[in-house]
Amino acid sequence: MSISLNKQIVTSIVAPFMGLALLVGLWALVSLSSTNNFPSPADTFLQAVEVFSDPFYSKGPNDQGVGWNVLSSLKRVAMGFGLAALVGIPMGFLIGRFDFMSRMFNPLISLLRPVSPLAWLPIGLLVFKGANPAAIWTIFICSIWPMIINTAVGVQRVPQDYMNVARVLNLSEWKIIRTILFPAVLPYMLTGVRLAVGTAWLVIVAAEMLTGGVGIGFWVWDEWNNLNVKNIIIAIFVIGIVGLILEYALIKIATAFTYEEVKS
Amino acid sequence: MSEGLTTKYLEIQGVAQTFKTAKGDFPALRDINLNVAKGEFVALIGHSGCGKSTLLNLIAGLTTPTQGNLICANREIAGPGPERAVVFQNHSLLPWLTCFENVYLGVERVFGYSGVVDGKVKEDKAQLVARTHAALDMVGLTHAAQKRPGEISGGMKQRVGIARALAMEPQVLLMDEPFGALDALTRAKLQDELLAIVANTHSTVVMVTHDVDEAVLLSDKIVMMTNGPAATIGEVLHIDLPRPRSRVTLADNPAYLNYRKAVIDFLYTRQAHVEKT
Repeated sequence: MSISLNKQIVTSIVAPFMGLALLVGLWALVSLSSTNNFPSPADTFLQAVEVFSDPFYSKGPNDQGVGWNVLSSLKRVAMGFGLAALVGIPMGFLIGRFDFMSRMFNPLISLLRPVSPLAWLPIGLLVFKGANPAAIWTIFICSIWPMIINTAVGVQRVPQDYMNVARVLNLSEWKIIRTILFPAVLPYMLTGVRLAVGTAWLVIVAAEMLTGGVGIGFWVWDEWNNLNVKNIIIAIFVIGIVGLILEYALIKIATAFTYEEVKS
Repeated sequence: MSEGLTTKYLEIQGVAQTFKTAKGDFPALRDINLNVAKGEFVALIGHSGCGKSTLLNLIAGLTTPTQGNLICANREIAGPGPERAVVFQNHSLLPWLTCFENVYLGVERVFGYSGVVDGKVKEDKAQLVARTHAALDMVGLTHAAQKRPGEISGGMKQRVGIARALAMEPQVLLMDEPFGALDALTRAKLQDELLAIVANTHSTVVMVTHDVDEAVLLSDKIVMMTNGPAATIGEVLHIDLPRPRSRVTLADNPAYLNYRKAVIDFLYTRQAHVEKT
């Protein structure tokens, strides 16, 4: 009993810490052997304490606290992602429900999906004539594919048994959508949302590096221009942690809406 | 009762069903002719793959026959409807609804609108709720009304499926191997419950089964089907055992044993199943 409990503690707590220690160790090694002032973990930590002591300062558009930068990136992601959900989820339903729609849109999706979302950035700049809407546009493009595809797959995989129940009970189309299709598709939809948020968070950093303004991606590029490598490393950690939180929150939501039969 | 058995209620006339597959047409059923009287309990029995479920789906209206007609209460069966309720093989409860809500879905559809059932007016919410509770009570599941299907056992799920079908007061109750996935004890218990419910409601029942004892115990008529492809009705056996029936007293009843023997003889001697490899 106590042995297995100890074993559990070792695997669930000690192992992750060892992974983290390995990372910090390698980093320290690199900074020691490096000739071009690669910051050590300790220096970076001290710098982080300073950065996080006042995350919400604002000295003009090009010098704002890390908190403002993260928030404005999240705002762009939320906008682009929200628009993508508004368009992508209904489209997924149509493509999944009607064979004609699926045959009509599948070639387009197959053609456009592999394109890096950043390739759409110039189009956004041209059409919207502004860095901020162009960044939102890029997020929109990259998050719409997983939502369309997963929703469509979910609709196509609604068990025939449930549809037979609907037919025997003679339910109206609206009732079918509300009581059968929507709950059956919800877990697939949430998977799409989760993938979309993950991609959006990856892309926003790159898009902001190109567009400038306020945002975590811009912050990284700005600190590179200032040759402040410590802040770049801090930014990498911040980006990672925010991404982790987004992913975790969506997994929690997805499990809350997934029922026994749907999981299997 | 005896005059009721002679009237045709459900008529199946020269029905054939062919499925289109990648390897060409597959004839599942041919030359099916069968009459079921009002209040009659009919079992469809045969080896797996003989098209029992195909025939049941045709009666349900979930599929349309390639040839022939199906008539229920003097009307051609044009599609599925709540007057021919189906108890599915795998219960088919919606996992995101509670047991109560699963049953209520059917009750609301049948009794919550005027004109669905001839001559009946729209019932109010309290009446619909009362009907749902009565149906769950009939299958002994009042205590599980607020549970989701994932939280109850297989036998209980099947009972909710039966409650959902019965609550709609269907003219015909169609059951596709309703107890096939259950253990022997649960199956026996549910068979007894079904006997009692059918005795009370005088429902017309068509049940697909591959269990000889179940067929003889429950039915007025056993329809034995030949092996597929192109399966048809091999023989119809009338079961003249008095009701109410008890599995314990029937166990050594010579008439019961003879019926049982006749079905086994048909299934294992004359239609011995050849396993294809």
